[in-house]
Amino acid sequence: MIPSSFDYSAPTTLEEALNLLEEIGDEAKILAGGHSLIPMMKLRFAEPEHLIDLSNVPGLSYINTEGNTVKIGAMTREVDAEESEELNKLFPIFKDVGKLIADPQVRNFGTLGGNLAHGDAANDQPAVMMALNAEIEIIGKEGTRTVGIDDFFFGFYTTAVEEGEILTAIKIPIPDGKFGSAYHKSERKVGDYATGGVGVQLTFDSSGTCTKAGIGLTNVNPTPLRASRSEEALVGTTVTDEVIEQAAQFASEDCNPSADLRGDEDYKRRIIKVLTKRMIVKAKERAFS
Amino acid sequence: MKREITLKINGEEYTSTVEPRTLLVHFIREHAMLTGTHIGCDTSSCGACTILIDGKSAKSCTILAIQAVGKEITTVEGLALADGPHPLQEGFKENHGLHCGFCTPGMMMRAVELLEKNPNPTEEDIRWGISGNLCRCTGYNNIVKAIKYAGAKMRGDELPSTEPEFVE
Repeated sequence: MIPSSFDYSAPTTLEEALNLLEEIGDEAKILAGGHSLIPMMKLRFAEPEHLIDLSNVPGLSYINTEGNTVKIGAMTREVDAEESEELNKLFPIFKDVGKLIADPQVRNFGTLGGNLAHGDAANDQPAVMMALNAEIEIIGKEGTRTVGIDDFFFGFYTTAVEEGEILTAIKIPIPDGKFGSAYHKSERKVGDYATGGVGVQLTFDSSGTCTKAGIGLTNVNPTPLRASRSEEALVGTTVTDEVIEQAAQFASEDCNPSADLRGDEDYKRRIIKVLTKRMIVKAKERAFS
Repeated sequence: MKREITLKINGEEYTSTVEPRTLLVHFIREHAMLTGTHIGCDTSSCGACTILIDGKSAKSCTILAIQAVGKEITTVEGLALADGPHPLQEGFKENHGLHCGFCTPGMMMRAVELLEKNPNPTEEDIRWGISGNLCRCTGYNNIVKAIKYAGAKMRGDELPSTEPEFVE
């Protein structure tokens, strides 16, 4: 399988990349790791006329802690987030998700920025970013802007990154107090998209009360979904078994899965319920360990 | 839109005129004529096209040839050592790590990086490590043994038995 013809540029600065985007218009597409885009192009689901490869733009691959924020460059490979001790000490959810995204070869090339900018509700990182309450940095000719993760996913393969713009970084706030995170997805086989996936981060104060909860769901809605009612059920409690049961029930009721080869709607709701429960328990454990 | 590119594969330079849409695996097989790298599923699933790019295992069916300009590419043809087979090649041979052999080049190239990152992997590490490579013959057991054998050889440890295991 070979993609349709296209032209290719590999600019060496962001400015050059932005100029190219402006010049070529909506027929241009940014190429990051290419492990979502190229398969789609081979199947001719995507037929961009011009690819702008960011691999030669320096300074887009990094994981830095700046004050109360961890900043991850858009071109950071999945494997680098999975293996970063600095990142996983704070957010072990990256080790969880890293193991479940496609396979090792794909993680060697796929990038975090590309994963998010692709805007696919079946991808795993979006739910993780919802759990972590991330912000997305986007650059355009007019400068840089930051978009909260809840305002980032618009629809099927559509995000807040507008024509002429490039996603440059992901900013993750480091919570105050004790906090823990976890992700898991149910998959038919290694490398498959999630039948359902759940990412959770919980923050607790010194008395053991949950002050903040983030729960993101994978592949059970047209866009990555925040389980708001579940989060609200947890905040202000000590996250007892009863509360966990209730929060998991809410997540299973509030998601909108569609039946496909991975399972029917009812099955997927049950998957979400079980995984929500398990990930809350794991995140809580990690917060206090 | 064709352009001339030069790729460095196994230390040698190959120059050819390609379209930007030419996949790396096609460049390797049809321009450099190195046919050890296989095309299996063509959808980034099976890993038969696995090669190393700057030491990192990659599926060459999902990378454009033009993206690999300036990188060091290693294919299975570049695996053997100057004085004989690579420990992985020996491991696959000694442990019957292949039947039809179609997945083998990809399996070995993946295992190169796996052993480099983790010289003494457990069985579970190996199984996760080759989760992006499909084999339809062996049932994987002998592939796992082959990689374990190669790890031991590379560490200079005593080599594990290559005798088949029989279940009573």
